[in-house]
Amino acid sequence: MHANPKMTAAGASTAPAPVGNGVVMDCQLQKVFYGDFLAVRDSSLPLEKNKITGFIGPSGCGKSTVLRSLNRMNDLIPAFRFEGKVTYHGQDIYDKKVDPVVVRRYIGMVFQQPNPFAMSIYDNVAFGLRLNGFKGNLDERVEKALQGAACWNEVKDKLKNSGLSLSGGQQQRLCIARAIATEPDVLLMDEPCSALDPIATRRVEELMVELKENYTIALVTHNMQQAMRVADTTAFFGVDISQGSRTGYLVEMGPTKKVFEEPEQQLTREYVRGEFS
Amino acid sequence: MSAPDLAVESNLRALSQQADRRRPSLQRAPLEGRALRSGILTGLTWIAALLAAVPLFSVIYMLFVEGGSRLSWETLTALPPSAFDLGGGFGNAIVGTVVMVGIATLISVPLGILAAVYLAILEPDSRLADTVRFLAKVLTGFPSILAGVFVYAVMVVTMKTYSALAGGVALAVLMLPTVVLAAEQAMAMVPKKMKDAAYGMGCTRTQVILKVVLPTGASGILTGVMLAIAGAAGNSAPLLFTALFSDYYLSSLTEPTASLAILIFNFSGMPYDNQIQLAWAASLVLVLIVLAFNILARLIGRQKY
Ligand SMILES: Nc1ncnc2c1ncn2[C@@H]1O[C@H](COP(=O)(O)OP(=O)(O)OP(=O)(O)O)[C@@H](O)[C@H]1O
Ligand SMILES: [Mg+2]
Repeated sequence: MHANPKMTAAGASTAPAPVGNGVVMDCQLQKVFYGDFLAVRDSSLPLEKNKITGFIGPSGCGKSTVLRSLNRMNDLIPAFRFEGKVTYHGQDIYDKKVDPVVVRRYIGMVFQQPNPFAMSIYDNVAFGLRLNGFKGNLDERVEKALQGAACWNEVKDKLKNSGLSLSGGQQQRLCIARAIATEPDVLLMDEPCSALDPIATRRVEELMVELKENYTIALVTHNMQQAMRVADTTAFFGVDISQGSRTGYLVEMGPTKKVFEEPEQQLTREYVRGEFS
Repeated sequence: MSAPDLAVESNLRALSQQADRRRPSLQRAPLEGRALRSGILTGLTWIAALLAAVPLFSVIYMLFVEGGSRLSWETLTALPPSAFDLGGGFGNAIVGTVVMVGIATLISVPLGILAAVYLAILEPDSRLADTVRFLAKVLTGFPSILAGVFVYAVMVVTMKTYSALAGGVALAVLMLPTVVLAAEQAMAMVPKKMKDAAYGMGCTRTQVILKVVLPTGASGILTGVMLAIAGAAGNSAPLLFTALFSDYYLSSLTEPTASLAILIFNFSGMPYDNQIQLAWAASLVLVLIVLAFNILARLIGRQKY
């Protein structure tokens, strides 16, 4: 397993210390339940600053569950229960004193399905800024976010049009622009390319690689090639069916090249090889 | 014919059938069973649609024919004539209807939208929500005169006077279920992924409702409100017990108040030509007001995005 440098340090330093090129988020998940169903167990994932961490694994192994635990999106599901700790700059985001709404402002999310609001392209991107009471030059920030999401040229002449009038790929990049407009610290992306064609996929991938200069990214993907192309670190999840139930867990995490070429676990080897042969 | 010939023939037929399968005829065959049935059914639905439209158009036609000639500035502004007088109008009834429908809208729309927020978003599966939903559905089919009797007991008796206020409340009782159900439907139709996006941006539940759900559902909500207003404006039964009528312009919300619906009801039963003509004209005005509101609502509520 991947060494976890922050395991002990995290508890010691409670102040949100600025972390250099270290671990921005550290997820030490023990058990995650949906009602009585144990969905994921025992997974420890550090997310390193300015790196893309890819989550791979068979369907139903809990990749989305883990990802959505990282910004407390799962709190919206009444039956959801999280046991463990997710530290963000040293603070446990599951601490009782923490407001999940504030967590989500720092840890942004891009969903599997493009989901722009039923408003103009401009208002979509400005949404988060207005929400946070942004006082500066809105036009400038909207343009910057759209540039950052590589769709400024396509939409600059129709900022007043509906966000829903765009193509699927454009909508997804609009959603990325919306997510980065507020300049969150961490971006969680759940299969952001699954609704896109290969060309749009490539553009979003290039975008992710550019974005990691400024952000820390966690990326769920079903596409092995995509993980190889963009992820610096890869986490492979498996499903444990030994208890008569289907419980996901982290099998192995490490530098992408190593996970794909010389994994430590037999399971990883079989999965990675199976996907390619 | 000899046996080999037969074989050749069937071979040929098989070949031509193969050719048919490769190049099937795509032309219309209107007399074939399937097409014929479809044609007949389409015709029947046309006829049914026309039959359903006949009463509607004949009402509008009659209103214009009978009421159009009396429409003038005088009828729109003057007070109702007494029994044998000529001329006169129903200005006070127009004002009364607009004011009472306005009061009803002010009460029922905020209340209805708040209730719908509860039903559609806050606790959609709670027992209270189920009960409210059931009651609202029952109330949409509620005899409107009962709304009048109810408000009579609650307001007219206690305030010791018929009033525009009581009339407005009675109409609000009538409008409320329509507004609640339409607004709930409109809000429930806002896709979950849009709400998730808002939560993901760091919205509180209140912000999700105010910034995403209500704006996205606005046109549906508005349609429901308009439907409710149209229903309320034309209803005379609840006003009979609450606002009654008045021959003068409205000067206070706590006195009997004229309305178009009651004026039509009163005048159409009178044995005087002048009053009967005015009843027709008032009906036309009522329909035009409702129509104008509907068109306005459509313009405002046109789905922008
Ligand atoms: N809202 C929910 N309520 C109950 N169970 C859920 C819910 N969401 C997910 N699960 C269960 O949790 C397990 C993990 O689901 P999850 O969506 O995290 O898998 P995944 O790895 O993202 O799969 P995929 O690759 O197909 O998206 C599954 O067994 C799923 O049935
Ligand atoms: Mg998933």
